Amino acid sequence: MRRFYDTELANGLMLGTAQYPSPAILEAAFRASKAAVATVSLRREGRDGGGQPFWDIIRALGVYVLPNTAGCHNVKEAVTTAHMAREVFETDWIKLEVIGDTDSLQPDVFGLVEAARILCDDGFKVFPYCTEDLVVAEKLLGVGCRVLMPWGAPIGSGMGLNNEYGLRALRARFPDIPMVIDAGIGLPSHAARAMELGFDAVLLNTAVAKAGDPEQMAVAMAEAVIAGQRAAKATPMEPRDMASPSTPVIGQAFLS
Amino acid sequence: MKISVNGDHMDVVATTMAELLVELAYDGKIATALNEEFVAANNRDNATLREGDRVEILAPMQGG
Repeated sequence: MRRFYDTELANGLMLGTAQYPSPAILEAAFRASKAAVATVSLRREGRDGGGQPFWDIIRALGVYVLPNTAGCHNVKEAVTTAHMAREVFETDWIKLEVIGDTDSLQPDVFGLVEAARILCDDGFKVFPYCTEDLVVAEKLLGVGCRVLMPWGAPIGSGMGLNNEYGLRALRARFPDIPMVIDAGIGLPSHAARAMELGFDAVLLNTAVAKAGDPEQMAVAMAEAVIAGQRAAKATPMEPRDMASPSTPVIGQAFLS
Repeated sequence: MKISVNGDHMDVVATTMAELLVELAYDGKIATALNEEFVAANNRDNATLREGDRVEILAPMQGG
C-alpha cells in the first residue's frame, strides 16, 4: 500500500460519514468495511453540543480522520476552515475543497492551488480535491501537495469514472504520487475500475450511505477495492479486437 | 453587548471569546472564529469582543 504523506494505510477505502440513516448504521458500515479513513467536517455547533456524540463514534472507530473543507467557495474560507479543523481533529491532514461551480460542485482549481500553497506552507498535509487536469495537478504538486484526489464524477452523482482517458493520463504522468479517486463512485465496479487503473484509494460516501443496505454496500466496496488493487498488481492482459482461442487448437480431432 | 453567534443575534456580557464560551456553556470539541478569522484555543483569552462582532463556533460533523 502506498504511503499518504508519512502514513501507510491498511487498505484503499476512504469512507465519508454523512447521510447515513442513523449513527448506528454509520458505525456498522465502517466496522464491516474496515475502511481505513473517515472523512469528517466542521459545522456550526448548537449550545446543546450536538456534534460531540458524532465525534465520540468516529473516535471509537480508531480510523484515520480526514477533515474536509466542504462547502467552501473561496480561498479564505477554505484556509480558515482548515485551521479550525486542525485544532479540533488534531490532525494536519486536510481534504481541501474549494468549490467553483454550484451545480456540478466542480472545484475552483485556481483557488484550490492558492489555498493549497498557503496550507502546505503552514505545515498541512493537503489532499486536494481536483479534476483530472494535468496542468492543475502539476501546479498542486509544485506548491507542496504530495497526494492528489481527482474526481471520478461530480460529488454524489454515482456516475463512476466520467473521463477514464484523462484519469489514465494523470496516473501515467505522475506514477509516484499517491492518488485517490474522490467523488462520483456509485458502484463497486467503479471502485474496482479505479483501482485497476492504478489509483491507490477511493473516497466515497453517498454510494454507501444512500444504499438500501449501507453495511452490505460498504463491504462490497471494500471487496471491490481489494479486487481492483490485486488486478492492477497482477498486470492485466492487453485487450484486443479479434478473438484468440484459449483452448489449444493443436490436437483437435477431425469429427466433421 | 450585541454580537452574532453562529448567525444568531444575541446580547452577551462576555468581553472575550473565552468568556463567551463559558457564558453560553459551550464544552467539548469546538473551534472558534471571530469576524471570519480563526481564533486558536490558546488565544481565546486575548480575543476581545466588540459590538457587532461575528462569532462562529464549530464542532465535528458528518462529512464526505
